[in-house]
Amino acid sequence: MQISGKISIWFFIGVLLAFYGALIFGSGIYELVTGILPNVVLARLHAPVWWGGMMLALGLFYCIRFVPGKKQTN
Amino acid sequence: MARLFIGNHIAQSGLAFLLPSSVLAHLSIIDIIIITSYFVMVVWIGFYLKGQSNTGLDFFMAGRQMSAWIAGLSFLSANLGSLELMGWAGSAYQYGILAAHWYWIGAIPAMLFMGLVMMPFYYICKTNSVPGYLKLRFGESSRVLSGVCFAFMTILMSGVNMFAMALVMKVVLGWNISFSILMSSLVVALYVGLGGLRSAIFNEVLQFALIWCGALLVPILGLIEAGGWHNLQAKILMNYHTSEYTHLWKGLGQFNTNAMGVQWTGIVFGLGFVISFGYWTTDFLVVQRAMAAKNLRAAQMAPIIAAAFKMAIHFFVILPGLLGLVVLHNNDGTLMHLVGQDAVSTANPNSYNEVLPLMMERYLSPGLLGLGITALIAGFMSGMAGNVSAFSTVWTYDIYKPLIKKNGTDSHYVSVGRWATVLGIVVSIGTAYLVMQAAGIMDYVQALFSFFIAPLLGTVLAGMFWKRATKAAGFWGLLVGTVTSVALYAWVRVDPTALRYVAFSSDAKAMAADLYRALWAFSSCALVTVIVSYCSKPKPLSELAGLVYGATTLPHQERMPLLKNHWFWAAIVITVFFVLNIVFY
Repeated sequence: MQISGKISIWFFIGVLLAFYGALIFGSGIYELVTGILPNVVLARLHAPVWWGGMMLALGLFYCIRFVPGKKQTN
Repeated sequence: MARLFIGNHIAQSGLAFLLPSSVLAHLSIIDIIIITSYFVMVVWIGFYLKGQSNTGLDFFMAGRQMSAWIAGLSFLSANLGSLELMGWAGSAYQYGILAAHWYWIGAIPAMLFMGLVMMPFYYICKTNSVPGYLKLRFGESSRVLSGVCFAFMTILMSGVNMFAMALVMKVVLGWNISFSILMSSLVVALYVGLGGLRSAIFNEVLQFALIWCGALLVPILGLIEAGGWHNLQAKILMNYHTSEYTHLWKGLGQFNTNAMGVQWTGIVFGLGFVISFGYWTTDFLVVQRAMAAKNLRAAQMAPIIAAAFKMAIHFFVILPGLLGLVVLHNNDGTLMHLVGQDAVSTANPNSYNEVLPLMMERYLSPGLLGLGITALIAGFMSGMAGNVSAFSTVWTYDIYKPLIKKNGTDSHYVSVGRWATVLGIVVSIGTAYLVMQAAGIMDYVQALFSFFIAPLLGTVLAGMFWKRATKAAGFWGLLVGTVTSVALYAWVRVDPTALRYVAFSSDAKAMAADLYRALWAFSSCALVTVIVSYCSKPKPLSELAGLVYGATTLPHQERMPLLKNHWFWAAIVITVFFVLNIVFY
């Protein structure tokens, strides 16, 4: 759905996912670099790095795919 | 449907289970940024969409512009409140994989039926609501009865959602209850009041994305820790000495061979037919989302898309509950035992319903925890917004317009809708505090809700598929079905041994009572509808066009390529449904 003919719902979702992904990915990288692991189970798997990275990539994809002004198909 | 029995389990413990526990999680600055930015974004969206909601069609039906994907995800998300997530995760801990029935047989067939068979009638008669359909088919009396019941239930559910969210925030984060209630109600009032259904749908889709991102990591990490599904099964068997927790159908031969105290007949006919079809095909909260689709094909695809995702939700609701049986340990290394609220003590400080927050706290590091909490908050707020937007529509079109002001302008009704949103929120706040004062009310609310859904199914099915059903039959069937359900509920409350008659077994438990009561309500509605129909004069066939199967010429739809054909995707979904039931038999 286009909102006001300008912004797609998916663009908003992309922005939010990219923002959250960047924050989580950044905190994961910090943990990785400093070696200070949070007190959670399986912290050695560095979930924030790959999960945050995945969210960031997905968010950026939606941002680019549904950037305002670009003709949408849905 | 889950809204119906959303954690019956939560209902039975009256939500007060959350109060005594200590704070489960501590937020870091990054978590707070994530939560705060969510609130900022949804309010901003409300303001942004205000200019798009000036007509009745825009405000109440989102302009009927939604694509199949948007309508489908919204259709599902309106049902996917956090009360549901936490309640069913707790049920999975308590009853095992039996809880998955509410996601599979209790949803999928009904959702597909809705998309393939019923949606064309809702869509082409261009009504604004399910009570509106009853008005066209059975007349004003059925519409008003249905509208008043629905408005009442919806607003109660909104308040319960509000209270549940406040309690979860108190337990998980230590937030003040009044602060949470006021904060959430203000935000929901702003974005629904400004943007109407369009805003509610938008936020539901946003919530859907957040729930996947925030909750899916828990079962992934849990399965890694448990060593995979087969090891999880083996550990459950070793710890609890029963295979009942991991089998869907094996223990349903008798009432006393499973923890729920239900038999397969209750699951198949009570849950799989009456409750499931009642909720997914007649509850306006979800139907409204599909009706907002841009064309009939999108409206038909919406429930099918929702059904596909509904099956998958099992993995981040039921699986964490099962994993909790194995991976949760006390500080001394012993296996943690979560208990019912009435059994919470110093030795066992946590109840079943806390299993999801406990699992989040176990695996999610700063940032991810904030995302998980945001997903829960988004779920609660969507639950509230969904109820309030449906209330606003039914109040305006099915109560205010026929009973108070018949000939208002479109802008007048939009204004009434906005005020109804605010009124709905205010009443919801009152309900939330009422629930807080008398926790047992949650049980009554769930029961009240069930009183209405099962008979409504009988009335809508008769109206849509039986040309002989008359105006009087629609009204009296609905009324008698509702009264039957209320009477059976009261009978069991007064005399608990009556459960043996209502549920056909002295071994039946509370869950079975809900399922069989629904069957009784539906049956009595159907019986009265048939009898009264044969005693009264039917409408001429010409007046049933567009409303009844057999009297309606469905619009011609162009032949679609296989990948865009809704029958093809429905076949895929139902096949996966059967495979899952066989695999987890």
